[in-house]
Amino acid sequence: MKAKSFNSEVSNKYKWSMVIDLDKCNGCGACTIACQAENNIAVVGEKLASEKRTMSWLRVERYFEGEWPELRVIFLPMPCQQCGNAPCEPVCPVFATYHNPDGLNAMVYNRCMGVRFCGNNCPYGVRKFNWFGYKWEASLQEQLNPDVSVREVGIMEKCTFCMQRIRRGKDTAKDEGRDVKDGEVVSACAQSCPTKAISFGNANDPESHVSKLVKSKRRFRLLEEHGTDPSVIYLKGGA
Amino acid sequence: MTDNPSDRRNRARAGETPSLEELRGIAARKSAQHGNDIDLNMPEAWLNQYSLSPMFYTSKAYFIFTLALSSVVAWGVACWFYQIYNGMGVTGLRPPIFWGLYIATFVFWVGLSHSGTIVSSLLRLTKANWRRPVLRGAEAMTAFSLMVAGIFPMIHVGRVWRLYYMFPLPNQRSLWPNYRSPLAWDMMAISVYLTASMIFLYTGLLPDIALARDLCPKGNWRKGYLTVLSLGWRGTHRQWHVYEKASTFLAVFVLLIAPSVHTIVSWDFAMSITPGWHTPLFGPYFVVGAIYSGVAGVITLMIILRYVFGLDQIIRIMHLYNLAKLELVMGVIWAYFYFVEFMTAWYAHNPVEFRIWEYEWERFPHLMIIMLGGTAVAIFLLSFHKVRTSPAWLLGITILINIGMYIERYLIVVPVLTHRDNAYTWTDYTPSFIEISVAAAAIAYFLLLYAVFSKLLPVVTVADIREGKIISGDVRIGNRELRVYADVEETL
Repeated sequence: MKAKSFNSEVSNKYKWSMVIDLDKCNGCGACTIACQAENNIAVVGEKLASEKRTMSWLRVERYFEGEWPELRVIFLPMPCQQCGNAPCEPVCPVFATYHNPDGLNAMVYNRCMGVRFCGNNCPYGVRKFNWFGYKWEASLQEQLNPDVSVREVGIMEKCTFCMQRIRRGKDTAKDEGRDVKDGEVVSACAQSCPTKAISFGNANDPESHVSKLVKSKRRFRLLEEHGTDPSVIYLKGGA
Repeated sequence: MTDNPSDRRNRARAGETPSLEELRGIAARKSAQHGNDIDLNMPEAWLNQYSLSPMFYTSKAYFIFTLALSSVVAWGVACWFYQIYNGMGVTGLRPPIFWGLYIATFVFWVGLSHSGTIVSSLLRLTKANWRRPVLRGAEAMTAFSLMVAGIFPMIHVGRVWRLYYMFPLPNQRSLWPNYRSPLAWDMMAISVYLTASMIFLYTGLLPDIALARDLCPKGNWRKGYLTVLSLGWRGTHRQWHVYEKASTFLAVFVLLIAPSVHTIVSWDFAMSITPGWHTPLFGPYFVVGAIYSGVAGVITLMIILRYVFGLDQIIRIMHLYNLAKLELVMGVIWAYFYFVEFMTAWYAHNPVEFRIWEYEWERFPHLMIIMLGGTAVAIFLLSFHKVRTSPAWLLGITILINIGMYIERYLIVVPVLTHRDNAYTWTDYTPSFIEISVAAAAIAYFLLLYAVFSKLLPVVTVADIREGKIISGDVRIGNRELRVYADVEETL
């Protein structure tokens, strides 16, 4: 299932990956809220939310099967898929989004000028745009995460796989002269998931939790026909 | 007062200049009599006066018109500043619809710019002798619609104050534009095209500017800039020689650039992986659409110039007729592209593409009917000789064509984005008042540029027309009088 891409040539100790078990997800939305708090995501208010202009980097999609009362609801948490062969990267005219050596699509907020081509080319629709300059109330300023920059009006943003946590984990490991241990770096959504539906880890480490989960026969990835090679792997159909 | 050729020659030789009304009167009379081509009996001096009359005679209506246009433009600029101040949220855009009316408007104006240079350079290169009066209007249309189009990427981006990131400017951090991005190609293509078509327009203007400089009345405020812009043109043999070479070279150069520009614009869409955009058809589809819309634009402008400035003698029915024939051909090719596009979408039955197609009919039935019906009606009507020779009909049809083409651009951009692979994100888009104001201001800005141009520089290709007059003559063959042209290059 491995599409060969320019980026898969990059060899690295780490390839951060997320495994989401849809059979365990109960759609509580804790991941969305955790992400919102961790990454200084603006709360846009009722009016803008009703216009579908929410800023949340991770959304829980709901799909309905059948008619009431034989109704089955499927929840699908949708973060940025951190594609190995990301469609958003080549179309950016200013390199505001690029591929980093850990296999992530990084966003350089200061470089972005907001042409929004990346958003058009993302088949998952996970890229968010700052339609307005959002402000936090004075008291809420204190709770902003100092590790994450607050984004300006007119630029793109998206899930970073909690880049700041990855950086901190790698820095600590480097100081102690070792590799990052499994479970040492956890994204905010994985950390807060009450049913442990979301797992986060290094797919290049064969002993890691995600590497073991990925071997499951229940695995699938979203819209693989586009050849995007996503780093988010979903599990479903068991339980 | 009698009006026969020898009388006119005598009056012109005596240095008499008839009033504008009389000139226009002669023109109307002669075009009714003579039909298809320029009257060879018009004295050169009078022809100069007549050709430059749009510059030197300004009516009150002109000021009212430009004032009205300026206020629309001012309103559009105010809306733009409001948008910059508040953020892109004042538009109707929302995820995943990141491109909307602005990009559709951009594509429309780039498309409209296409025919000017293509028509002008093709006719120059094929030495079509009827081309002469059409050239200036067409070339100016290219330059001005590109100037309008070039603003839209700026209006569209989220942080316009960071626009210089697009340019390959040396900087401390060695950051360069991403040359893999179609938008980077687009920026270069548009700037090359704008530069080339401006030079093309200016080169053609040189002898006419010099003529206007010489005929400029004493104390007229135009004298200064005309003197500077004419670059010391005196009409020497060598100057004409260089001029001929330069305009032939530029005609070839521009002809090569033009199709590549709109292909690159189409690649802004086709190079994405979005269903409905990702198709190799888009390159030729856009180029043909651009020429189709552009020729219609040229015809509309020709009719307006002819009517507003009383240029019946110069822009004849024949020119409209020939352009309308070209437009008919482009219309048929364009209809074929519609057919191919819908046929492939329907036959392949890609679920997402098919959903887009259904959505277009559900959400915009009226727009679809105007777009498709407009093309069908235009092709049908343009097939008739009577319609092709009637300015009123042509004006209506060409405006209908360009309305259809504007809709076409909107329907290329919007429905595809509303319905993407991920069905959860499907939503709708309506342009906001701000977006519509800016798009309307663009139309006013284009007309304003054209109106101001017609007062500052010669809007009629005087030198070319006089060249055509010199190399032609009427020859009686049997009982018919025919216009014949000498092949200038053969003679040289």
